[in-house]
Amino acid sequence: MCPDSSEIKGLKRKDLLGILELEREEIELILSTAVSFKEILERPIKVVPYLRGKTVAFLFFEPSTRTLNSFSLAARRLSCDSVSVSASSSSVLKGETLLDTAKNLEAMKLNFVVVRHSSPGASHILAKNLTSSVVNAGDGCREHPTQALLDLLTIKEHFGKFDELKVVIVGDIEHSRVARSNIWGMTKLGMDVSICGPPTLIPRDIDKMGVRVYYNLKEAIKGKDIIYVLRIQKERQAAGLFPSTREYIKLYSITEEVLEKYAKKKVVIMHPGPVNRGVELAPSVADGMRSLILPQVTNGVAVRMACFYLLPGGTGEGRGMGQL
Amino acid sequence: MSKLIIKNARVIDPFTDTDGAFDVLIEGERVKEMRGRGKSEERKGKREKGRMKRKERRVINARGLLVIPGLVDMHTHLREPGREDEETILSGTMSALKGGYQAVVCMANTEPPVDNLGIVKYIREAERVCDVYPVGAVTKGLKGVELSEIGDLVNAGCVAVSDDGMPIMNSFIMRRALEYCKQFGIPVISHTEDLNLSSGVMNEGIVSTELGLPGIPSCAEEAMVARDILLARFTESKLHIAHISTKGSIELVRRAKKEGVNVTCEATPHHLSLTDECVRSFNTNYKMNPPLRTEVDRKAVIEGLVDDTIDMIATDHAPHADFEKELEFDRAPSGVIGLETALACGITYLVKPGLMDMKQLLRKFTVNPTRILSLSIRGISAGEYANLAIVDPTCEWIPQKFLSKSKNSPFIGKKLYGKVLYTLYKGKLYEW
Amino acid sequence: MDKGYKNARVLMSEDEMGKILEKLTEEIYEKNKAEGRLLVVGIKRRGEILAKRIVELLGTKIDVAFGSLDITLYRDDLTSIDKKPIVRKTEIPFNIDDRSLLLVDDVLFTGRTIRAALTELVDLGRPKRVELAVFIDRGERELPICPDFVGKSLEVDKSEMVEVRLHEIDEEECVLIVPR
Repeated sequence: MCPDSSEIKGLKRKDLLGILELEREEIELILSTAVSFKEILERPIKVVPYLRGKTVAFLFFEPSTRTLNSFSLAARRLSCDSVSVSASSSSVLKGETLLDTAKNLEAMKLNFVVVRHSSPGASHILAKNLTSSVVNAGDGCREHPTQALLDLLTIKEHFGKFDELKVVIVGDIEHSRVARSNIWGMTKLGMDVSICGPPTLIPRDIDKMGVRVYYNLKEAIKGKDIIYVLRIQKERQAAGLFPSTREYIKLYSITEEVLEKYAKKKVVIMHPGPVNRGVELAPSVADGMRSLILPQVTNGVAVRMACFYLLPGGTGEGRGMGQL
Repeated sequence: MSKLIIKNARVIDPFTDTDGAFDVLIEGERVKEMRGRGKSEERKGKREKGRMKRKERRVINARGLLVIPGLVDMHTHLREPGREDEETILSGTMSALKGGYQAVVCMANTEPPVDNLGIVKYIREAERVCDVYPVGAVTKGLKGVELSEIGDLVNAGCVAVSDDGMPIMNSFIMRRALEYCKQFGIPVISHTEDLNLSSGVMNEGIVSTELGLPGIPSCAEEAMVARDILLARFTESKLHIAHISTKGSIELVRRAKKEGVNVTCEATPHHLSLTDECVRSFNTNYKMNPPLRTEVDRKAVIEGLVDDTIDMIATDHAPHADFEKELEFDRAPSGVIGLETALACGITYLVKPGLMDMKQLLRKFTVNPTRILSLSIRGISAGEYANLAIVDPTCEWIPQKFLSKSKNSPFIGKKLYGKVLYTLYKGKLYEW
Repeated sequence: MDKGYKNARVLMSEDEMGKILEKLTEEIYEKNKAEGRLLVVGIKRRGEILAKRIVELLGTKIDVAFGSLDITLYRDDLTSIDKKPIVRKTEIPFNIDDRSLLLVDDVLFTGRTIRAALTELVDLGRPKRVELAVFIDRGERELPICPDFVGKSLEVDKSEMVEVRLHEIDEEECVLIVPR
């Protein structure tokens, strides 16, 4: 039962808060581990006993069905028990601060805490105050690391490589944690990353993150291997960031016609979901041959399993009893 | 009467343009004598020492230390009345004393605000350990709609008016405020921020972009600085710009001063020493308004201080309770305390790197605010109040504990140089 | 040889190993030839390589299929190690229900690896029969596990480790005894 020392690897951290702080080797380790986990998802009995007796809490301050389900499934596939603390039933509305919540979670002796919150850095507050491993499932507009990891796995499976692949991320970059996490991950893996959207939705100085900026969709998609389309939220229009959904569609919607005319033949389309059909993405493109949207969803479970596997998960004994 | 001799000190006093070796004799509340330390006088000093020994007195040997006039802070939030859990006039003035101050100018955004005689009286009569000069509100309730009874406020002791914390968005009201204050000779202190542009929580730039936090662009400040300069020029009134923080704002003030506009401005210790890179830690002690800016802006603040575009260093001491600061970055209130670290910050970032000498730094902490607010403070000389501080200019220290009721300092754990060892206020000695 | 192995002693050469594997394969053939069909499943990583060699030796004499098992997620000692073994793929590209299956591993010691492998097999299907072939049986069992085919039985002190080194992974081929 003693594997060689070369056979033992892990992440160099207690928590997964963002792709920014991960090293390239750690990203590759998560992806290769996820590939192994995909086999389990094909079995008649899709459960392994690895995390038996361990507990994960899902702390979702923002509504999310897809991400929560994906994490929940990943935990179950590893035999991990879970509790869900949703915003409506949590004490936040009663004036409890995130720090109070952290202290309470710590007293519950958990191994993992998966958190989604509207404030950037919220997962940092939990990570600092918990002995459990914290997984950031989206903190405001900052990062959504497991989404980027599942996207990278999907790219790896489709292309078999990352180097020199050209990707353009299209849409509301400013408010997208998915865009930020993917920009970090893709650039770390050697991809050529561009972004495209109306100037009002492109955050200041973003070129310093190592990306090329386009305002014109037709120019942006030229020669790209991947078009990664972001969800456009209608409330941004209300905030005056673009004049109308109609005009957005005219300028930035990915349609068959635009792809035929300007994109590479073998281009693939990705989207973090849920798709606003007919807004950022034409239904025929979302469901078409080029779409990798459904493989992305499958890979979400495998990647999240890999994260649970690779993170230390604390001792589940809270502070003072176990060592980190 | 109690007697104190500070011996072997180097006295640096920009009020009297002094920089030299003196023994300072203090009797009761006032300075009795400044005795030069020339060679012949040294002998005389020895004789004097023998004679004095018989009486009740204390001697402080200040070899290697500086004796400086007590500092004046033009921008303090004392929180009383309203948020006594965060700071009181007593705790705030204790904090000021520890930082080497003899006087603080307290802002009007208390609860209720300083927009009527009663509150001014309340502040004037509250227990304190150093001087407190209140600032009155420009508009009733700091709402930016109607001028408050500024005449009453000035009569009761207000030395300036400001809606600090809330910018006066309505240009017409700002114009009228500047004009109206001319009769009293007081400045209008402007919190320059265009609220329509500034809905963020930190400086807008690469750091806010990476962190996904909404940004406050530098132009939100600059647009208002420009407007207020234009209004001050047009009305020929006295304008003071609070906590200036961007390169663009500083350039606007520099040009306005050259053109003869009656404008002055201040910078905070944190804007001259820290940048938005600090926010990457999500530590809310780096959240303030205006936000920490870029390194380019920080260098411009330093340059502005060196070439006297920026008249003074003012703390914007803003105490906040732990339970409020320990929130998510975008939900926490803005503001940091500063009275106990301001001078050290100036020494560390301006004097130690050789950008200015101690006397120039002290002008920014004493003479300039005194002049702009027409206060009756006159430095260290015989007959004046013994309001001074004894400072070890090279002492290396790391701020951890504070006398302020709040602990929201961005300098906790940071190495600073220059420490106030004693403060005297009206002859009363405090040893820190 | 790595630094860690400087006190190791060689117990078996490449030649001897080859002979033992042939003998082992012969026994497996004898017992299973009546059945005519056999699934050979090696436990990762060295059991997998040995299983592959057995399949090659069996050749076309009987109908064989080859698979491999990664038991990492079924181990019972993972709570006590903070670093994570690399998880590899379990690759059994056939249905194991109602078929005879041969598990192959390099060294049988406490029996815990085999316990984990059996648990995993149960999650994958319900074989008719499971047999166990090990290259080395070094005794000192902690669980009631008994091999059906043994290449060589050894008596080794508990403080020592038996390592089967194989070309495919180790760039050498031998059996070593390594002091812990």
